[in-house]
Amino acid sequence: MTPTPEIAVKTDDLRKTYAGPKGDVPAVRGIDLDVRRGEFFGLLGPNGAGKSTTIGMLTTLVKPTSGKASVCGFDVVNDAVEVKRRIGMVSQNNTLDSELTAVENLEFRGRFFGLGPRAARRRAEELLELFGLTDRRDGNPFELSGGQAKRLMIGRALVHRPEVLFLDEPTAGLDPQNRVNLWDLLRDLQSQGQTILLTTHYMEEAEVLCDRLAVVDHGEVLARGTVAELKDSAGADTVITVSYDGDVPAKLDGLAARDGISKVEVNGGQVRVFSTAPEGLLGELVSAGAAAGVNVTDASQLRPSLETVFLNLTGRDYRD
Amino acid sequence: MTSTLPKALAADPEPAVRVTVGRTFLAMLSREVRVLRKNFVATFVRVLLQPLLFVFVFAYVLPKVGGGAMTGGAGGGTTFSTVLVPGLVGSSIFMQGIMAIVFPLMMELNWQRSITDRALAPLPIPLLAIEKIVAGGLQALIAGLLVFPCVLFVHAGGQGPDVHVSNWPLLIFVCVFGSLLSASGGLLMGTVIDPQKAQMLFGIILMPLSMLGCVYYPWAALEHVRWLQIVSLANPMVFLNEGLRAALTPGVEHMHFYVYGTVILVGTVLMTWLAARKFTQRVLT
Repeated sequence: MTPTPEIAVKTDDLRKTYAGPKGDVPAVRGIDLDVRRGEFFGLLGPNGAGKSTTIGMLTTLVKPTSGKASVCGFDVVNDAVEVKRRIGMVSQNNTLDSELTAVENLEFRGRFFGLGPRAARRRAEELLELFGLTDRRDGNPFELSGGQAKRLMIGRALVHRPEVLFLDEPTAGLDPQNRVNLWDLLRDLQSQGQTILLTTHYMEEAEVLCDRLAVVDHGEVLARGTVAELKDSAGADTVITVSYDGDVPAKLDGLAARDGISKVEVNGGQVRVFSTAPEGLLGELVSAGAAAGVNVTDASQLRPSLETVFLNLTGRDYRD
Repeated sequence: MTSTLPKALAADPEPAVRVTVGRTFLAMLSREVRVLRKNFVATFVRVLLQPLLFVFVFAYVLPKVGGGAMTGGAGGGTTFSTVLVPGLVGSSIFMQGIMAIVFPLMMELNWQRSITDRALAPLPIPLLAIEKIVAGGLQALIAGLLVFPCVLFVHAGGQGPDVHVSNWPLLIFVCVFGSLLSASGGLLMGTVIDPQKAQMLFGIILMPLSMLGCVYYPWAALEHVRWLQIVSLANPMVFLNEGLRAALTPGVEHMHFYVYGTVILVGTVLMTWLAARKFTQRVLT
């Protein structure tokens, strides 16, 4: 067996372009990642940012157009079977086997990965108990609630004790209580040394769970690091946004030059100010509107967060 | 749920079990057998009903009501049921080989894309395709085995089929490779046909294959409709039925082994290759 390096997941200029009816559509445009063993790594970005395609390439189900990717030292294209032996994957959709019961879903996953029938059944029962699904053991997986189905999928991905666990938007569509429960579960897994690579479009989820993050958009990594590093390096200022029903008041023209203000963006009747000294600024922007005879139609102040990091990196709202 | 996971639930860089491709392949087959066991009655009642009704009407009712002159063009005093036995066994094998794969596969590839579950198992994707063909072939074989006694024993007095197997290896060859041929065809259809057009599969592909597959007459009898005899050669079911005729009812005129044997064997290899290729292209995007 080839020794597995301390880097669990590595990509080098990884790209994927799909052929569409109107020409090529680039989904991933040169992503470089390195996920260490035991790390909880997040790919954070809005829908359509290329996160699922990236995870698809890492789990061998999407063929890269160019670039390299390896998991536990094995190339995802040339050593796909070796990669699959070492990973567990929880996809966004419910991909549980509808022809099998909950316990059989786990049992057969174990058998696919080399466990004998009895050992696989034992492991399946053990996981059902751990994930609080024993009372649903003989049920159809499509009769489970969203949270239960997701837990069963995570259990299924862990049957063979994978070295790296991939989770694609694991809490999408779950209610807040189930989301928090799942977070606890994932944190427990990581505390046992499980390497986890998660994609999410929930900033809070990335902030709560991940040791390190890569912020992705339009198939590219915009920034990477710990949450604290991202906030420092990406200028995670407080962001104040004010919309007027007319032009942005001329009085605000010199704002960008003022101390404590790192950037001012004007877009039509909207002004967005990135500031490290936001005290009184919102009031000033509102008063400037009143003085110029325009009304304020919307105003917001975001404290430094991953959302303001994203705003600073892309110049647009996260949910645009 | 409270989170109280015990140690060693997760990563294990030195797994105790050595996973082999062969072991994974067999585990996948056993999953198919488990599913087949659950659905056995529903699946095979459907498989049995049509041939059973067919022999009931044509080998029992019609001879009783005066339609016993039907010989399926075999001539020489051959009963119609003698012609029907290999034809109905063959068409059951052929149709079940396709049906066993095509609809489950359409679901797996499209609805929720649950094929990713199997695709993530430590097995090359073309081998996953072959595993599906073997599982489908197994169902086809079971269909043939179940239909055989039905069509053998249901007939009016004096209308019994003249069946005897003098060449068992030939029978096994035709049944096994005929099953794999139809299952590989099912995999190809399930991979390339849009599920929204699945209804067309019956009307435009399966129905003509079945009706014109030399089920109710031997291929040689078509010499009176020469164009149909030639067109029929494009239908793989013809070769399976002719092979079964050679193995089960050698007294009825049938194609030479070199013809049906070659088509069945080469067809199975080519169809498996093509289906595995298309399937891999669908699964790996």
